Amino acid sequence: MLELDQLVMDFSGFRAVNGCSFRVEEGSITGLIGPNGAGKTTLFNLIAGALQPTSGTIRFLGEDVTPLASHELFHKGLVRTFQIPHEFHKLTALENLMMVPPSQPGESLFSNWLSWGKVKSTEALVEKRAYETLEFLELSHIAHERAGNLSGGQKKLLELGRTMMTDAKLVLLDEPAAGVNRTLLRKLESKIELLNKERGYTFILIEHDMEMIEKLCDPVVCMAEGKVLIEGDFQTVRSNPQVLEAYLGETTGDAA
Amino acid sequence: MEFLGLVNYALFMAIFIAIYALLALGLNIQWGFAGLFNAGIAGFFAVGAYTSAILTTEAVDGRIGGFDLHFVIGWIGAMIAAALVAWPIGKICLRFRSDYLAIASIGIAEIIRLVIKSEPALTNGARGIPGIPRPMSDIGYMESQVAYLIIVLAVLIAAYVLVERQFNAPWGRMMRAIRDNEDAAKAMGKDVEFRRLEAFIFGAALMGLGGALFAHFNRSITPEAIDPMVATFLVWIMLILGGSGNNRGAILGAAVVWIIWSVSEIATDRLPHEYAIQAKYIRLFLIGLMLQLVLRFRPEGLLPEPLRGDQRSAKGGADH
Repeated sequence: MLELDQLVMDFSGFRAVNGCSFRVEEGSITGLIGPNGAGKTTLFNLIAGALQPTSGTIRFLGEDVTPLASHELFHKGLVRTFQIPHEFHKLTALENLMMVPPSQPGESLFSNWLSWGKVKSTEALVEKRAYETLEFLELSHIAHERAGNLSGGQKKLLELGRTMMTDAKLVLLDEPAAGVNRTLLRKLESKIELLNKERGYTFILIEHDMEMIEKLCDPVVCMAEGKVLIEGDFQTVRSNPQVLEAYLGETTGDAA
Repeated sequence: MEFLGLVNYALFMAIFIAIYALLALGLNIQWGFAGLFNAGIAGFFAVGAYTSAILTTEAVDGRIGGFDLHFVIGWIGAMIAAALVAWPIGKICLRFRSDYLAIASIGIAEIIRLVIKSEPALTNGARGIPGIPRPMSDIGYMESQVAYLIIVLAVLIAAYVLVERQFNAPWGRMMRAIRDNEDAAKAMGKDVEFRRLEAFIFGAALMGLGGALFAHFNRSITPEAIDPMVATFLVWIMLILGGSGNNRGAILGAAVVWIIWSVSEIATDRLPHEYAIQAKYIRLFLIGLMLQLVLRFRPEGLLPEPLRGDQRSAKGGADH
């Protein structure tokens, strides 16, 4: 579904991603782990079109999408969340979700006058879906709060909620668990599984919570210094000496 | 006599407030909802004013036009011309981030002013275009002032309804999302560059209309009227003071600032002659001071941006 080939990203002399290649199969949940500064988020920015790679190619659904901008990739079914929540702070939580569905008739300047009925009926559907999403995320009570006033964890959930407002094919989740409480975390895992099994979403997940990675992800890709260190199922990656040294470090070493 | 003078002054003031409110609404589309720092309002104002002047005045030797058309055509033409000028400017400048856009737009407004000043074949140069017809001007002075006020208010109300409806529609929600977080809006599939251009052109068209209303009210337009102080910065102060992101705030801000601006002129004019000219600058100081106070104590303006979802969700939320 997604193929990365020799991706390189230079930030004026600093090479954040250094020849990164891997494939993501349709229907999988790929875990992306690695130490801070390994280039995971930069890689997400490249895949999602927020950054243009210095060199290398990205293929999505068999098509070369390297030069496409993020809004074009969204329309092809590639949705991402941000590590630091990017909420629309003056919009309510509900509006944050309602703005997501693509090509809403009311987004055209003139249709608000020429085809008001269609705009209104779409709005009703979008609103219903937004309320359902909020309910699932246990955020119904803050539906009409300004998103900027929400807590860090709630913003995180709202990020995830946005990916549920569209019919995505590939979802990039950047640390969805950070700052989210335990009970909700388990619920989040089950929702990701559900979306994966029933709606056929493919996921790539950046996460430092190894429990979540173990539960959800196969395969797991470990990055270090802008490259793929190793790729395989969780146990293989976890027991790899290089991974232990570069990332998981002493704690796991002690346990093992 | 004294009473009539006061009435006349009030009418005069109300017409100006309505024209400025139109400019502030245009700026609210650009800044309040799309986050575009346009510091070149005077440029679009000028394009609108001159376009309508050229379209509606009687034919004169030595310059283009006039075409002696109906004033409604002149005003529509003013909006179209301002939009057409805004299109290439937006195409080039909207790639800049906010403060760079401000610098670029000041420069473009100055270019427009200089072109107007130095192209006699187009705009009659520094002497300006006189004899712009004013609708309903053949019915006595006071009546015609009242009639013009009614026309201007009708235009303002129409513009307000139009803008307000766009803002409450998904279009407005999308624009506010783009303003709040450009990267997230892109990641959610919104074509940020195109949408910004849309808002920029929409706002510029209203500014052009404001210019046309001004020119027809004054019956003439000269390059002096396109002073960035009164045609750009005063409008900015109106919007910030009234409350950017709130259309009623934009109109309220226009009223408050214009009343202070114009009453303070009367006050300084009463001073002895040797002080009167210097005292005029105190008005600039006064406006600046007011802006500082608002930003310090009420940065969101007199009427802050409302929570848009509310009216609808009050009904829709009941069954959840």
